Amino acid sequence: MKVPLSLLLEFCDPGLSAEEISSVLALSGTEVERVTRLGVEDSSNFVVGVVLTADQHPDADRLKVCSVDVGAPEPATIVCGAPNVDAGQTVAVALPGAVMPGGMTIKKAKLRGVESSGMICAEDELGLGKGHQGILVLPNTAGPAGRPLGEVLPLDETVLELEITPNRPDCLGVYGVARELHAATGAELKPAPWERDLGSGGDLDGIQVSVEDSDQCPIFTARIYEGLSAAVTPPAIAAHLTAAGMRPISPVVDITNYVMLVIGEPLHAFDLDKIEGGLTVRPAVAGETVATLDGEDRTLIEGETIIADVGGPTSIAGVMGGARSEVGWETTRVLLEAATWHGPSINRTSARLGLRSEASGRFEKGLAPVLASRGQAFASQLFEQIYGVTPVAGTVAIGAVGEATTVKLSHHKVNSLMGSQLTAERISAPLERLGFTVALDGDEFSVGVPLDRLDVTRDVDVIEEIARIDGLEKLEATIPTSGAGGGRLTRDQRIRRQVQDALVSAGCFEAAGWSFCAPGLSDRLRLAADDPRRNAITLVNPMSSEESILRTTLLGSLLDSAARNAARGASAIRLFETGPVYLPSEDGLSDEPQRFGAVLCGPATQPDWRNASPDDVDVHGAIGVIGGVLDSLHCQWKIVPATEPEPFLHPGRSGVIEIAGRPAGWVGDLHPLVSAEWGLDGGVAFEVDLDAVISASPEVLHYWAVSAHPMVGQDLAVVVDAGVSAAELIEIAEEVGSPELESVVVFDIYRGEQLGENAVSVGLRFVFRADDRTLTEEEASAVRQRILDALQDRKGAQSRG
Amino acid sequence: MLERISQIVDEAKAAVGAATTSAELEELRIKWLGRKAELPNILRGVKDLDPSERGPAGKAANQARVELEGAIDTKMASFAGAELELRLVEDAVDITLPAHPQQFPGGLHLLTQTMREIEDVFLGLGYGIAEGPEVELVAYNFDALNHAPHHPARSPSDTFYVGDSVLLRTHTSPVQVRTMLVTPPPLYVIAPGRVYRRDDDATHTPQFHQIEGLAVDEGISLADLKGTLLAFAKAIFGDEREIRLRPHFFPFTEPSVEVDVSCFACNEGVSNGERCGLCKGTAWIEILGAGMVDPNVFASVAGEQPAYDPEKVQGFAFGLGIERIAMLKHSVPDLRLLYDNDIRFLEQFA
Ligand SMILES: [Zn+2]
Repeated sequence: MKVPLSLLLEFCDPGLSAEEISSVLALSGTEVERVTRLGVEDSSNFVVGVVLTADQHPDADRLKVCSVDVGAPEPATIVCGAPNVDAGQTVAVALPGAVMPGGMTIKKAKLRGVESSGMICAEDELGLGKGHQGILVLPNTAGPAGRPLGEVLPLDETVLELEITPNRPDCLGVYGVARELHAATGAELKPAPWERDLGSGGDLDGIQVSVEDSDQCPIFTARIYEGLSAAVTPPAIAAHLTAAGMRPISPVVDITNYVMLVIGEPLHAFDLDKIEGGLTVRPAVAGETVATLDGEDRTLIEGETIIADVGGPTSIAGVMGGARSEVGWETTRVLLEAATWHGPSINRTSARLGLRSEASGRFEKGLAPVLASRGQAFASQLFEQIYGVTPVAGTVAIGAVGEATTVKLSHHKVNSLMGSQLTAERISAPLERLGFTVALDGDEFSVGVPLDRLDVTRDVDVIEEIARIDGLEKLEATIPTSGAGGGRLTRDQRIRRQVQDALVSAGCFEAAGWSFCAPGLSDRLRLAADDPRRNAITLVNPMSSEESILRTTLLGSLLDSAARNAARGASAIRLFETGPVYLPSEDGLSDEPQRFGAVLCGPATQPDWRNASPDDVDVHGAIGVIGGVLDSLHCQWKIVPATEPEPFLHPGRSGVIEIAGRPAGWVGDLHPLVSAEWGLDGGVAFEVDLDAVISASPEVLHYWAVSAHPMVGQDLAVVVDAGVSAAELIEIAEEVGSPELESVVVFDIYRGEQLGENAVSVGLRFVFRADDRTLTEEEASAVRQRILDALQDRKGAQSRG
Repeated sequence: MLERISQIVDEAKAAVGAATTSAELEELRIKWLGRKAELPNILRGVKDLDPSERGPAGKAANQARVELEGAIDTKMASFAGAELELRLVEDAVDITLPAHPQQFPGGLHLLTQTMREIEDVFLGLGYGIAEGPEVELVAYNFDALNHAPHHPARSPSDTFYVGDSVLLRTHTSPVQVRTMLVTPPPLYVIAPGRVYRRDDDATHTPQFHQIEGLAVDEGISLADLKGTLLAFAKAIFGDEREIRLRPHFFPFTEPSVEVDVSCFACNEGVSNGERCGLCKGTAWIEILGAGMVDPNVFASVAGEQPAYDPEKVQGFAFGLGIERIAMLKHSVPDLRLLYDNDIRFLEQFA
């Protein structure tokens, strides 16, 4: 909400600067988003002018030569470049000597041979906003010509742009803000503008009103003003409206806007002579239309609240009035409506129609019904001031203002919740300044809540009022004394951190991926039609179709990130992510298993002066990374060939990661078609189920005895069929080599012509050792022979010596 | 014979004295002490001598051999030191060349680092870490957190829905609700994680990260909240930091506050004589929202967990955005950088 400072100070002036007032408001709960200065340094030489003639400049297509009455004996000749200037307009004129906001002084000057004595100003040229579509055209009532412009425009004004929290619609009027300022500073608060009511209650002749749904319209009031004749909006009111961002339009409309600005209650004025029959507040029937004030035809949907007469809808309640009953210069009889509406319905309707106005923005917060009568009272003063008329006797009033509520508040609870030692006086003072009544009985306060504070219903609501006005800066800063003692990571959380750290140690950067992905990802990953990963959680209202489902694999956003880096020229790309995937579950929610995964592209080791062109990373490099992670957590794991290779991996260069004997992920070279799809040169990837790691990682590591006796190292090279995997050979060796075999690794793989096409030589390196004695070479050789025999028996292995 | 031995010794010692390399010495060792040399021959022939000569000749020849070996070894030792020096000089490498093989750099994402840093602060203050689902029930995300039925945050323009009663959580507060349902007070817990809102502009991404905290215990007060958040702010932004609380509004807390930390980039809003860009000259930076848990929130769990009787328990809650904290602390100018995963960005914080 834009609050002209001068208007705020009319109600409460604490003698502080705009910045100081902003700070006071911010620290008591009214955020000030911006402080803007409007207008010019010195408003002398700015006057209201009336354009008498506007003729084409003889030597310039785009200029007009205007004769402008500026209140002097002779009209001034002013050359103007604005396309919208026209005879008859009331305008803002900077006369020679005027200093513009940029510091330029207006002088008499010849423009293409015609002497110009001043400038007709646009909104931005006066420091009043950004408008530069053309000159600022003032209402004809702004005159007479020659009047100081500062009387009708806020040429010397400061505007506070406030962010009012949704629980405080009482602060959507300047007087409510003034009350906050009063409460926070103690400066005097002027009497409320609605205290004097020139109208009367009782039946109102001349209009019948009925309200069909009181939930949608908690209160509806109306008064009639008759005998209106030509009048002028007082310049100060026009200036305040302008400063608050509302253009002065006509006295009746200005009255409604000014009441809204000051007390937060939007009013609506009907031309009574244009209403056919009585008014009914009712739900719209689907398809009903209303021509609104902005000249559009609006089609209503079932249930939206309208105000109708016998001719159909005349206005969309709380959102926008209808053109059919619009007030104009010819209007002499006005029906002034002050009502409140069901906030959420107003919100829905205004959002649907794209009609967000100062009024709907207030109504959607759910205004207190008491504002309706306050609005009528304040308006009655303005009608008298401007038109010299008072309302016709009687007021339509349908609905109830509501009972004032009382909240019980324990003194102890106040200090317990705040952590303070406030006295009864310090508790009641802020409340009373905010308009609450306070009575103390023993330890208990009875707090009477003002009618416009619908947000205060419980003791904690009252405590908030005390805390914010007494001052949160006065609170001590303490730490809870008992402490819970639960301050540690769970095992799962600790292992997740260890996995992340191990991946970092393996030379990978963690990426932050998106949970959203595009449905097309499944095709890009070549997933089969029945692949369960196609079954994703779908958003009802995604930002875009590209972000319309939740990921079922980490691979998509890892590939996206890798592709971006590749496109930017990165050569070694090693990205990982840990996080959940989202799998639909039967209860309509999701299973969110944690995974870790990586995409690696580029050289397997850093190119350097010894090896400037290392081989590219391959599946075994990826297995090395996974192994580093799993070994650091002491998990039992192995890689086994996949019976059904992942469709996005190279079928011959990929496998299943088994942890503790169960499949827990996949690893492999990317399928060339997938690499190409993302613009990558090769690349490998893996994804592992974190829960499998967590359950396989031993909770506690226990010591096992290391042998004090020396080892015997022996090698064995065997030729086997190429279909026999190294893992099979090692498994057999471990089985039959026990207990002397301490470890076995593959140290050589060789394929060559002399072995035959379908054979491979595998070099195994054994370490033999005994726990209780020094093993002899002969004993070791016997074990080696035992292993060789088993390999021959079971896999047809031939020794190569 | 004895004369000949002493002659050999003299000649050999002279040659050893004149030798200049260890290779020469090795040649001399062969020449004077090798298989075919004279002295070993004399020694071997001692047994054939007249018994009266055997003693003195054998002794002298043996002494001579020992003496010669000693001379050669001594000389050899003196060469070895010098030659080792020489060889080490010749073996020198360019120590400024990079390691081999050079380790690939790696690092945690700035968001993870920031999350861990904050988690560790609260672990130290005695809080546990709770987690919960991201696909969440409306009941936990809004209803239990005192959002009115028409609260705008529920609108499909603000919140991602998966079904009528299922959404992507908009904050990690539902984790607090779930935790209260299974854990009676005292409860000190933080809930980090991914959250989602339908915003996508310069300062919002539809997915971001939060840490929310909850403390429920006897007599927990607003002053305790202030002290806790002060400890947090000092830990994250530096010991000189102060905080201030500004009243605000949230549906799930009452009273509610926004919390500012004193700017760490300027002095009273002025930096190098200019208005500070970080705090916009205000000397304060908003970092989080907080407040005392609204009794309605306790009431929503008290049915299942009666220990949360709103008449009896008090608590505070707070919530902060990890992205914002990371960007403020590390001068990251654009939120998008955090999700772009450019390696040149990632390695800056490795
Ligand atoms: Zn600063």
